[in-house]
Amino acid sequence: MTVEELIPIIESLIYVSEEPISAKQLAAILEGESVDDIQTATDQLAEEFNSRGGGLELRQLAGGYRITTRPEFSEYVRRYLKSQPSARLSLAALETLAVIAYKQPITIPEILEIRGVTSTSAIKTLLDRRLIVAKGHKQVVGRPMLYGTSKDFLIHFGLNDLSELPNLEDFEDLMTS
Amino acid sequence: MKEASSQEIEQNAAHESQAEFAESTDQYKVKLSMFEGPLDLLLYLIRKEEVSIYDIPIARITEQYLEYLRAMQELDIGVAGEFLVMAATLIHIKTQMLLPRDPDAPEEEIEDPRNELVYQLLEHQKFKGAANVLHQRAMMEAATFTRPMDGDEENPEVAATLFQLFEVFKEVMDRRKAISEIEIARDEMTMAEKIAEIKLMLNSSNEISARALFERAQSRREMVLIFLSVLELVKELVIRFRQSRTFGDIVIVKRDS
Repeated sequence: MTVEELIPIIESLIYVSEEPISAKQLAAILEGESVDDIQTATDQLAEEFNSRGGGLELRQLAGGYRITTRPEFSEYVRRYLKSQPSARLSLAALETLAVIAYKQPITIPEILEIRGVTSTSAIKTLLDRRLIVAKGHKQVVGRPMLYGTSKDFLIHFGLNDLSELPNLEDFEDLMTS
Repeated sequence: MKEASSQEIEQNAAHESQAEFAESTDQYKVKLSMFEGPLDLLLYLIRKEEVSIYDIPIARITEQYLEYLRAMQELDIGVAGEFLVMAATLIHIKTQMLLPRDPDAPEEEIEDPRNELVYQLLEHQKFKGAANVLHQRAMMEAATFTRPMDGDEENPEVAATLFQLFEVFKEVMDRRKAISEIEIARDEMTMAEKIAEIKLMLNSSNEISARALFERAQSRREMVLIFLSVLELVKELVIRFRQSRTFGDIVIVKRDS
């Protein structure tokens, strides 16, 4: 197939997928097509799609592609869906999540050491909301559970992968400046 | 894109300040509730006193810190243990700094007793900044929507709870008791082996009925082992439960990747 032929097929696949669909998944469905062609087609599709200036956006999220509505129109979409913005995370939960995101995999005692305060309820909230997941046990005495961020974490914060997290060192000078 | 989200953040900020206003009858209380932990309180004091984080006037800051703790106690706010630990640390640093230095010790060997605290404060500060950025990103992300998932009419997915799983477990357990009271000793099986076995079963078929799984057990011990293994697999996000209707059979489904 030519790249031009691939574009509408990829578009339909991204449309129906319930989660961000990865290039690997696309390649598995488009058996026999070269990975390079699929990549070129997807890039071209994204560019065409997003230059249209419509109500939808094709984005790279959590290592895949996803079509979402544009944030400008959230008010109207919410009105239709009658949805409320989801409950905000508390400051304690957000800080705990930040520590886990940057230091993963990490145990609860290690989080305590950094935050200087116990984080048990924050960790429970984060687990309940599936923003973090258990990543096995640390091979030390007591075999404490290790935690890391989940795919839902990437989706929730609009990240394609963990490398898109802002650089921690950038926050260092806040105190001194 | 930025406009919409910044508007939202402002709205939220307005909301927050309203809440603060409502509480402002007792200003002290509001101030104290701001502090997530002892490091937060310390950072606040350092900023308020406009002193350098790298050269904390430890005596002055310790005194202020203790004053805040006293105020908390007076206001009947339970002072968490962490605040007391920090108070002890501050006092310890203060005494260390009062001790005369060994005049013969080489310059580079003298370590400032405040160093570790400064490092902790800087780390804490960084994560606070990161948390703030994460919050802003989440606000922006919450303003986008995806195509709603198609509801599967024939098989509406109801996520089953652990409690419901336990019900099934108990049911099978009770039935087994009724069938036979005799238990035949088997080779001891470990949980790791059981987990591997369930994973293997899920590889050949993506779904297993929880009831069928429990019924395979040859003994109570094995059944308990299966139950615990299933819980472990849920925790590790290897599987999830699905129940097609209330009180229906619980199906154990393998999660993607």
